[in-house]
Amino acid sequence: MPSTIRVRAIAGTETTEVQVLIQHPMDSGFVKDAQGNLIPAHHIETVQFEAGGKTVFTALWGPAVSKDPFVKFSFKGAKKGDDLKITWVDNMGATDTTTAKIQ
Amino acid sequence: MRKIIVFITVMTIFGAQSCLAIESLAPEKDFKAFRGFFIKRFPKVPLDDFVNGPYSMNQDMRKQWIEKEELPPYDFSVDRGKELFSAQFKNGKTFADCFPNKGVGIRQNYPFFDEKKNEVVTLELAINRCLEANGEKPYSYLNDDMAAVTAYMAFTSRGKPFDIKVPNNPRALEAYESGKQYFYQRRGQLNFSCASCHVQNPGERIRGEMLAPALGILNAMPIYRSEWGGMGTISRRFTSCNSQVRATPLEPQDSSYRNLEYYLSYMSNGLPISGPGARP
Amino acid sequence: MFRTASIVALVVFLLTIGADSSIAQSGESDYKAAYGSALAANTKAGELKNQWTRTGSSLVAAHKAAAAGDYAQAVQFSREAEALANASIAQTEREKTLWKESEIH
Repeated sequence: MPSTIRVRAIAGTETTEVQVLIQHPMDSGFVKDAQGNLIPAHHIETVQFEAGGKTVFTALWGPAVSKDPFVKFSFKGAKKGDDLKITWVDNMGATDTTTAKIQ
Repeated sequence: MRKIIVFITVMTIFGAQSCLAIESLAPEKDFKAFRGFFIKRFPKVPLDDFVNGPYSMNQDMRKQWIEKEELPPYDFSVDRGKELFSAQFKNGKTFADCFPNKGVGIRQNYPFFDEKKNEVVTLELAINRCLEANGEKPYSYLNDDMAAVTAYMAFTSRGKPFDIKVPNNPRALEAYESGKQYFYQRRGQLNFSCASCHVQNPGERIRGEMLAPALGILNAMPIYRSEWGGMGTISRRFTSCNSQVRATPLEPQDSSYRNLEYYLSYMSNGLPISGPGARP
Repeated sequence: MFRTASIVALVVFLLTIGADSSIAQSGESDYKAAYGSALAANTKAGELKNQWTRTGSSLVAAHKAAAAGDYAQAVQFSREAEALANASIAQTEREKTLWKESEIH
């Protein structure tokens, strides 16, 4: 199955900038379908970013985050060539993970 | 008296000739006027930038869009489109067998006027005809697979200028003219025409949305629209615009829509394909 | 006396139910006429490729009201639908020439 995670991680002089796009329906659980039935909540709950064996960023998401979410942040302490591991887990227990090289 | 007769004769000949001339030059004349209108209205917008719709009209939106383009939301659709495009049909053929240049870098030539069938052929129509000709089920014009394939094909044509031809024959000119009239005719209970928003009010807001100029308006299609939470084809945009003015949408790829796409694309000749695009 | 009273009562009763069903029947036939008229107008608008969404929803509402037995309401919705359909036809007729006024020259 193709990865649901796209990453761009670029090391600068002091910080590494990370951009991630995740493919996920992020259903809030409040929206009804054409027949009037509630579409059950199906959204990512946590996204973990690990570099150099440490968690550098954790995102706690919920129904307010839109479909196909995008996250961008910077962190210190990594350099070009290091691995960045990204994992998400949703409220139904589904998960995906990917590891990308910092450029 | 003789002077009058000569004068009338000369004017008649001249008039007849210029009528013929105008008939065949109507699309070209319209093209110059259309483009001139938008350039004059928005002197600070570089010509090629019109294809970016609302982002050519508003600096703040533009900044956010440029950031978004670093990792754009249509990325997944382009990849899916490439997959679908390269996959074999049950009979062993692929989309490449239906299109010139194997379907790569050709999006800017659509729609074209099929002189044998006397109709406008759009890219979406051509894709479904290809599927049907090869014993495959056609895509819904509004759904993700059609959007994915057109996204991939648009992507391979990025930067190439629209190159739409209106052959100098009556049926093609009729289709062009029909598309033009559709664009300017008011419809729906709200009594809007396409021009009401995209000629009279580009850069203005309609509720929370910023209106795009009609010049270059199809260059970024298909688009990932945040409002839709997903991709939309040209068919989706036309049908939803109709229902938004409370006009009952026609069937996707109805001849009226295809003629409209023909007219709008011709008006944007020379402007680069920027698709697939991201919009609010 | 009882006999007269009961005959009178019977006659009144028969007249009443007779009147009710004829009112009901006239309601239903009024609705069918109004709905048919609206549908014809909207079909014409469809041939002109300019139906309005509200026309469609008024027709649906008329049909629903009739199904629930409320013919007066159904007739009202049908008349509304017909007016909307006629307005959409008039719009198409106007725009046959009026579109030129918006054209960029």
